[in-house]
Amino acid sequence: MKADPKGVLTGSHYIDGDFACCEGALAAGCRFIAGYPITPSTEVVERFARRAPLVDRALFIQMEDELAASIAIQGAVWAGKKAMTVTSGPGFSLMMEHIGLAAMTETPCVFVDVQRGGPSTGLPTLPGQADMMQARWGSHGDYEIIALSPNSPQETFNLTIDAFNLAEQYRVPVMLMMDECVGHMMERVVIPPAEQIEITPRRFTKLPPGEYLPFKPAEDLVPEMFKAGDGYRLHVTGLTHDFRGYPAMSPEVQEQLVHRLVNKIRLNAPKIWRYEETGVEDADVVIVTYGITSRVAVEAIDLARKKGIKVGMLRLIVVWPFPEERIFELASRGKAVVVAEMNYGQVFFEADRAARGKAPVILAGHGGGTVHNIEDIVKKIEEAHRCRS
Amino acid sequence: MPVRQRETPFGLPRPETPHGEIVILEERCKGCGFCIEYCPHGVLDTAKKYNAKGYHPPEIIKLELCVNCGFCRMICPEFAIYTYERPKAGEKP
Amino acid sequence: MSVIKELQKASLSPAAGLTSPEKHPMDDFLRMDRMPHIWCSTCGIGVSVNCFAKALEKCAYPLDDVVVVSGIGCTGRVAGYVKVDSFHTTHGRAIPFATGLKLANPKLKVIVFSGDGDIIAIGGNHFINAARRNIDITVICLNNFNYAMTGGQVAATTPADSILSTSPYGNFETPFNLPFLAESVGAVYVARWTSLHVYNQTNAMVEAMQKPGFSFIEIVAPCPTIFERQQKMGDGLDRLRWYCENSEIRTDAGTKEADIRLRDKMIVGKFVDVERPTYLDAMNAHYQEHLGSKYKVYEG
Repeated sequence: MKADPKGVLTGSHYIDGDFACCEGALAAGCRFIAGYPITPSTEVVERFARRAPLVDRALFIQMEDELAASIAIQGAVWAGKKAMTVTSGPGFSLMMEHIGLAAMTETPCVFVDVQRGGPSTGLPTLPGQADMMQARWGSHGDYEIIALSPNSPQETFNLTIDAFNLAEQYRVPVMLMMDECVGHMMERVVIPPAEQIEITPRRFTKLPPGEYLPFKPAEDLVPEMFKAGDGYRLHVTGLTHDFRGYPAMSPEVQEQLVHRLVNKIRLNAPKIWRYEETGVEDADVVIVTYGITSRVAVEAIDLARKKGIKVGMLRLIVVWPFPEERIFELASRGKAVVVAEMNYGQVFFEADRAARGKAPVILAGHGGGTVHNIEDIVKKIEEAHRCRS
Repeated sequence: MPVRQRETPFGLPRPETPHGEIVILEERCKGCGFCIEYCPHGVLDTAKKYNAKGYHPPEIIKLELCVNCGFCRMICPEFAIYTYERPKAGEKP
Repeated sequence: MSVIKELQKASLSPAAGLTSPEKHPMDDFLRMDRMPHIWCSTCGIGVSVNCFAKALEKCAYPLDDVVVVSGIGCTGRVAGYVKVDSFHTTHGRAIPFATGLKLANPKLKVIVFSGDGDIIAIGGNHFINAARRNIDITVICLNNFNYAMTGGQVAATTPADSILSTSPYGNFETPFNLPFLAESVGAVYVARWTSLHVYNQTNAMVEAMQKPGFSFIEIVAPCPTIFERQQKMGDGLDRLRWYCENSEIRTDAGTKEADIRLRDKMIVGKFVDVERPTYLDAMNAHYQEHLGSKYKVYEG
């Protein structure tokens, strides 16, 4: 269905990534944000606080902490709205229990993490990309989520809408992993008219109360949804539950439920994978990167190509589920992989695992606080090139 | 001068004490004893028999004293006992 | 080994509920396919659920609009047994979940039904902020003075000198005085009753649900398997007798005097019943004043 024009700020704007994220959420139909101020994500909620009273049926509330924010949005989702919360590293850590709850109860919602230097309080005003594994594994237990990583304010706008669409499609919490650079850089963002924005509506059931089972999956392993107040009178719990939603704590039900939660993303992964490839076909070395680092990598590739090394780039747009098939394919064709990311090795380990030893995988890592030096990436490209021969 | 109380104030009928019928859902009972203790007229007592769970449910010992106050129904944690007004002669319950 | 398999099979079976065909007038309100509930014999939680059912009947809200949210713990299981849209959330976070529900759809009647540890210890921050904001929800806090589900640990409401598994030599901490706390953070309706006071409890629930704003009811309940047993106070029935002797209904008491000591008299009653604009009313009034005709009143 098309976006609701009341939330779409059509036009060409000069705004930063955080503002673009807020506009993307409004365009996607998000009408409830519960947030908590934390640098460098605060601007998203500041923008929403300003916009919400003027957009029909939108409400912003600043909660008392990230724990409250991350569960208030789930209450809003079960009351029928699309909801999002926004945070950075320390707040993301606090939200982990509720990301697990959202995964277990299959609540479609969006968590935005504008990453900063870590760990702990770290570098509040400087970029990092060290929450990538946390997005995937942060909460306890077995579950799968989807994580996206934009590299510009324009892409932030687009991917925020995609995040909501994926959340509704798969009834899963979706992480939008920005970084402080993308969040605070100001660039041109073109917001199209509402009729050109495609949004996925919530998969509400058409079955009547009594027939509908809230956790019985459809063909694609995703159950249909309901909302409180529609007369279904159903129970939703974080305990292991059966199709009716009733707690049923036994190994058989655990297998039936949790295995499906995991397969929901794993088996649908080929439909979810998204990456952008440039110059990969003839390349000897492929840089795998995401977020702001990809923009530095573009420069590094130019330099390396001038030095005669054939380098391509695979930019991850959907980071989780990880496109392991593509990495394996590239590695099998003898292409060395350099993973450029602003941490000491996170997506690197995934790429290394995916390559299954077919080709060397090298980390061009960096602790954060600033973007990579182009020369450092070029050095790693040269090293990969040498390893390859 | 002392005022004499009339037994029937100005032609109104004397209010009738209601009578209750009690239904005990014995299999639900967990033998807490609340209904037995707090019945204002002592209508219930602990039965000697056991239910399937091994508890002693209540039994009615003085049904004629039940006034359908509903306290046993309200205080039962198991939803195992309730009362209703005894139908008057000729009426259906 | 096969006995265990049989038990597991039985718990998976949909007919693991009651097999008795008899009906109780409140059965339509309960998920009878999950009965009998897990609460111990003489536990006070079942009594409060009974009163809640009666209160809903008295208020005559359409049950489709009623939502019950609870946290983790023995009282947290209430959400699973009442036949309305119900949510069993994480420990301590029932109140912010209820806030999200209510603000996203103000037509819903949202009731938080949870235990003392869940609401005021781990959930303390959310409790005080929701009360401050006067979010229009009703919070029913069942106070059995310990963390019962996990085996009876000391809680923020445990009276001094109580012996529990994490205060094996007696509790030396000062407990919360819940009515005092609720009043001081701005709750508009504050009452305390015990499991014995069933009619008062029911009427308090009716009043609290009908009152706009953050209403708080503390229900002092017996926990025979753990609290009363550890303090050697008998079972739930002995405790109800104790409430009968030792609880004093006062209509003039200030919440400051409502401390609970282990073997002392306890004050019950309605402490606070005041008026204050709810969060949404305040928000709508404020934006209308500041944004004028550009603002459309938020109704959900």
